Order: sequence, then C-alpha cells, then structure tokens
Amino acid sequence: MPVVLETISLVKQFNGIIASDNVSLQIEKGARHALIGPNGAGKTTLINLLTGVSRPTSGRILLDGEDITDLSTHKRVRLGVVRTFQINQLFSDLTPLETIGLAVSERRGQGLDWWRIVGSRPDLVAEVVEILERFHLTDVIDKRTAVLPYGKQRLLEIAVAIACRPRVLLLDEPAAGVPEDERYEILAAVAALPSDVSVLLIEHDMDIVFSFANRISVLVNGALFIEGTPEEVAHDARVKAVYLGEELVDA
Amino acid sequence: MTPPPAAVRTATEWLSARARWHPLEIVFWFAAFAAIYLFPARHLILTEIAWLGLFALSLDLILGYAGIISLGHAAFFGFGAYTAALLAKHEIIEEPVLALLISGCAAMTLGFVTSFLVLRGSDLTRLMVTLGVALVLRELANRYGWLTGGADGLQGASVKPVLGVFRFDMFGHTGYTYCLTVLFILFLVARRLVNSPFGLSLLSVKSNPLRSSAIGISVDARLVAIYTVAAGYAGIAGALLAQTTAFASLEVFSFDRSADLLLVLIIGGAGYLYGGLIGAIIFKFMQDYLSALTPQYWPFWIGLALVVIVLVGRDRITSWTTPIRLTAARLNWRALARRSAERL
Repeated sequence: MPVVLETISLVKQFNGIIASDNVSLQIEKGARHALIGPNGAGKTTLINLLTGVSRPTSGRILLDGEDITDLSTHKRVRLGVVRTFQINQLFSDLTPLETIGLAVSERRGQGLDWWRIVGSRPDLVAEVVEILERFHLTDVIDKRTAVLPYGKQRLLEIAVAIACRPRVLLLDEPAAGVPEDERYEILAAVAALPSDVSVLLIEHDMDIVFSFANRISVLVNGALFIEGTPEEVAHDARVKAVYLGEELVDA
Repeated sequence: MTPPPAAVRTATEWLSARARWHPLEIVFWFAAFAAIYLFPARHLILTEIAWLGLFALSLDLILGYAGIISLGHAAFFGFGAYTAALLAKHEIIEEPVLALLISGCAAMTLGFVTSFLVLRGSDLTRLMVTLGVALVLRELANRYGWLTGGADGLQGASVKPVLGVFRFDMFGHTGYTYCLTVLFILFLVARRLVNSPFGLSLLSVKSNPLRSSAIGISVDARLVAIYTVAAGYAGIAGALLAQTTAFASLEVFSFDRSADLLLVLIIGGAGYLYGGLIGAIIFKFMQDYLSALTPQYWPFWIGLALVVIVLVGRDRITSWTTPIRLTAARLNWRALARRSAERL
C-alpha cells in the first residue's frame, strides 16, 4: 500500500521539554492505524503538528510525498488532512444543519460567496442531509449545538470532519467521555468510515483500538516505541511493561 | 444514498430560516420611510439617527458577527467624513452619491490596511489597537491643518444637489430621505451578506476560530474581509454626516464617538443587524429628551441606562435581547416544523 501521510524525524520542543522526539511515522492509504501511549506521551502534540496547529522544531511532514510542513491548517484541510478534537470544538450557537452546511460549502470553495442565501443550492443541502442521516443527527438537526446531548456532540464532531471529505482523518479520542449507552453509536460511526479514507486513531480504550486498528504505533515520552500489527503489539513484553500492564493480557 | 426530497426541502427551509423576512422588519422600514411624510418637523434628528444607525450597523458587522470589539471605529467614520468634505470643498467630485461611494472606498482602504492589526490578540489588545488608530488619525488631522482645517474644522464646503436634482435644505428634508435611502440599501446588502455562506463562516469564526480553521476556513482572511467592509460602511456614515452638515471637524475622530457607538449597539443588542438601528433611535431620542430636561447632566441618565442594560443582560454585552429573539425564533421554527410535518 502506498504511503499517504509521512513524518520524517519530527521534533517538537516546548521550553526545553521534548514533546515529540524524532518521530518518523507512515500512514498507508486506507489504513486503520492506531496511535496509543500513556498520558503525556505526546499523542495530541503529534496531531497538532500533523494538522499545522503548531509547527515542529525540526523534521518534515509529507502528504503524498509533497512537503506540507509549512502549510497553514486551513490549507492542509483543503488538501485532505482533517482532524477531530479530543475536547469538542463545535460552534455552540449553530445547529448541526448549519455546521455541516458550513463545512460542505467551505469544502466546495463557496465560503466567500456573500450574496447567495445559505441553503439555496439543492445539491449542497442534499449532501448535508445525507451526512446528518449517516451520523444519526436528523432528530436534532435544528437544535443549537450547545444543547445537544454529549454523545450527539461527539457524533457531530466526527460528522464535521467527514463533511470536509478527508483523505487522512485524525481521530483524537472520539469516544472520550461518552456514556456507555451512547458509545455504540460512536463506535459504529467510526467503523463505518469510508474505506478509502486513511485513519489515524488516538484512543485510550483498548477495546476500540483492537477492534478497529490493523496497525498500531506506541508512543512513549514523545518517541515511537514500537510499531506493528495488533497481534505483535499485544504480545510485546516491553509494551506491557511500559504502558499497557494487565489490561492487554486479556485482549 | 440520496436522502428523500421532503427531508431536503425541510432542511433547505431551516437553513434559510435566518434569511426570511419577518413582518416586524417590514413594519420597521415602512415606518422609517413613512416618517419622510409624517414627521417633517423631526427630519433633522431623524437624519442623525439614520447615519448613526448606519455607523452602528457597521460596528455590528464586526462585533456581532465576527466578534471583533473596537473602541476606535470613529477612525473610519472620520476618514469618510473628511474625504467627503474635502471632495465637496475643493469641488473634486460634486455629485454627493458618487462622492459618498469614493469616501466609502477610502475608508475601506484604511480598514484593509489596519485590519491586520486586529487579527491577533485578545479583546483587550483589540480595544487598545483600535483606540490607538483613531487617536493617531485625529492627531494627523490636527497636525495637517492646511488640508483639514485643523482644530477649526473643514469649513466652506458646499454640497451640491443629490443626483443633480435634490437640493439639501436647512430642515433636513432632503438629508433624511437621502440618509435613509443609503441606510436601507446598505442594510439590504448587509442582510444578504450575513445570511450567506460567508456570513455563516463569520459566525463560526466568532464562535470557534480553532475549529473554523480545522474545516478549511482561513480565519485571518475572513476577518480582514469583514473588517474592510465594515470600515467602508463606517466611512459612508461619516460621509453622510459631512454632506448633510457641510462640515467636518476633528470631533469626528473622537474617542467619545467610538465609545458612544459601542453604547448604541449595546442598547439595541448586537448580532441581528437591527440592534444598531434600534439603539440609534433610543440613544438619539433619549439624548434629545434628557438634554432638554437637564442640559448639563444628561449623560448621567445615559450612563445609568447602560449599567441597567448590561446588568439585565448579565454582562453578556452582545445579547441582552437574546430571550426576545430566541422566542421569536422558536415560534418561527414551530411554524416551519408544522408545515414540513404536513408535507410529509
């Protein structure tokens, strides 16, 4: 499989603290790649570097072999590098309908259209409704995002990213904080992501990681510790020692 | 997988719900134009309300929609006012409407250049930067007296008839019709703008810039764009003042003017376009009434009103009218939901 997104010796220092230590990671086309590691291992830092929220101290980031290290966040999104957030980053006063409508119209390059009224393009609305249906948001389509149940907000978080038609999707703990009874909806949504989208998943929940991923990278103290198939990672004695402990023995 | 057409229709209606004309809006504009015939004796104050309303509408575009707070919006107002006064005085452009457009463009240029100063930083930074820009412009106008008339103001401008036909008079008859027409046209444009995909993206930038950039929006570019447009609106408001009074003075740049403007918008409520207009009506009539009552102490009452308004709004300065608007919106939704249920 060809590599879609690649980092070469990525280093990020904050005031002398090394948050990313020489990370060289490859994400293949259509991958279901999980990134795990103990708290503070630098997982979110890596996502921030990949999406351009922060700039690396050294190292390169390549998308399809093209250097995107110096591109701003919104330009990377247009090239197909899209993320979700560990803590919801939604538009609290907009409805899910407006939120997805905005994301789709931006993706289609109509964001500078200041004369047409929102919703005046039938094909755009059809796509928006289709996305909302796919993420089970039709029953809250016209509610302000701020008043949605937390599980719905998590779904919207992923739906917004999908509306950007990602080529590489970076999911930052999609099920974080979701109550047990709403969890299956999130898992189903993650499992149903289009197969041509390459996914990098950060997750603490090992059930999700092992049911989802066909490739796992373990990050410890900012550096890549080991990478392999779920089988290999699950049975690696060093991984057990540094991070997973007893949890993995059952898996 | 195509969704059912009924669902798409409902979604279309909901998406365009913000843009639908409310009957009260039609009443509002009808009343404004009816005042041309009904209250000829009040045209002078109505003229002031019209340009102040436009000025406040301009602030609403950046504060209510893009979340940029400013204490120096008079910079653009004053720049437009001096441009219009200079064009008239030196008889460069004699026709007021054309001069108005040029003044607006001049203010837009200034807005574009200074917009880069408000991209970064907190609300406090923005307050200080905008304040600073207005102070700098005021002192420049003071310093270059050969051009601006300095502290005496720019006198001796004579404004020609609008479109070569409608002569300005001392009772404000032409002035009010002229200002109201300009306000109405620019209001319609602003109304399209805020209900467009661009307007929606402004709301998203105001609400969450981090996520906005994560869906491919260039946050800086959007802020530059709306700041530039708003500066143009403010410049036209200033030009209207200069044309209707045939005068421009340093006071157009003053801090008081910027601060009053914020007051006007907060009185009316930001973020729904009418706030500035309603605020201008309340502010001007209150000022008129109170200053007749207590010529020296009327700011006391304005100050008191401000404190009460902000406390009622629980210091969410942009939205003390929110409960009213939410109720109206809810009624609107309900009617829509009923209609779409019938259709299904």
